[in-house]
Amino acid sequence: MSLYVVGTMIAMAAVTLLCRAAPFLFFLKRRPPPIVEFLQAYIPPMIMTVLVLGSYKAVSLAKAPYGIPEIAAGLTVAGLHLWKRNTLVSILGGTALYMILIRVM
Amino acid sequence: MRPIERGSAFGPAFSASVPVLLGYTTIGIAFGLLLVKSGQPWWLAPLMSVVVFAGAAQFMAVGLLASGTGIAQVAILTLVINARHMVYGLSLLDRFGSCRRFKAYLVFALTDETYGILTTVEPPAGVDPESYYAAVSALDQSYWVIGSTLGALVGGLLPFDAKGIEFALTALFIVLLVEQTRSVRKTAPYVVATIASGAALLFAGPADFLIAAILASIVGILPFRKALS
Repeated sequence: MSLYVVGTMIAMAAVTLLCRAAPFLFFLKRRPPPIVEFLQAYIPPMIMTVLVLGSYKAVSLAKAPYGIPEIAAGLTVAGLHLWKRNTLVSILGGTALYMILIRVM
Repeated sequence: MRPIERGSAFGPAFSASVPVLLGYTTIGIAFGLLLVKSGQPWWLAPLMSVVVFAGAAQFMAVGLLASGTGIAQVAILTLVINARHMVYGLSLLDRFGSCRRFKAYLVFALTDETYGILTTVEPPAGVDPESYYAAVSALDQSYWVIGSTLGALVGGLLPFDAKGIEFALTALFIVLLVEQTRSVRKTAPYVVATIASGAALLFAGPADFLIAAILASIVGILPFRKALS
């Protein structure tokens, strides 16, 4: 077993945990200021927007299939969800369409 | 507080986590396969998925370990990749505030996908929220551990034509965004985050996209503080 590999892994684990725990440790004793209260309400919708757009950032519109599978499947997911509001139907429907489109296009 | 019924959180947590099941097992298989192909022993895949549990950082580590990158440099790169999680925690201070038994694990296991579910899909009435959060987090991690173990052990043998199934994670984010638009009925956060994402893509490049877009969103929403409250 390589000391270097395990040491690197432990360092990664420590840094990742530190990132995840930082806000909880910082506000362990002190009350969050009003600005944090404000942000708590609006961070989730902003992060969801960023995560969706981030999922599309590697999609190329310039070369075939021009992002059509990703965009069509994404719109299908949103459409299904607005219509039926059944998470599994939305996700499985869109993913199945995506898997078909990348094979036929 | 209502009495906690044993196991009652598992059902709703499992149905909330099925999209992650599809995404994490397949992406986990890809990670395990890649790690073993880069010359590492198979057990490193499950071990990393248990103690690190951060997808993007683990993929990054494959290349860094193979090229013998210094530990300090790996730590700094991990910090850059995972700094966005500080923001996640910031918006969970209240939600996790009442948690006790599982709080340390909830904080440890906070990935993008788990964050999305916990902030969007509320536990059903009668289910202890903390048990629900813990069940979602543990299920998500188990999918990741199982996927990466499978990938490391038998990844090369699988007739791997699940290509495209990882779109389930994009689909999950889209569903969670639609759900957010139902509960947060203001346009400002979505517009601000879209502009911030565009700016991040232009100026930050793909590797730093998430943290740049999230920080820009936070800065961008501040001027709307009065209008939104």
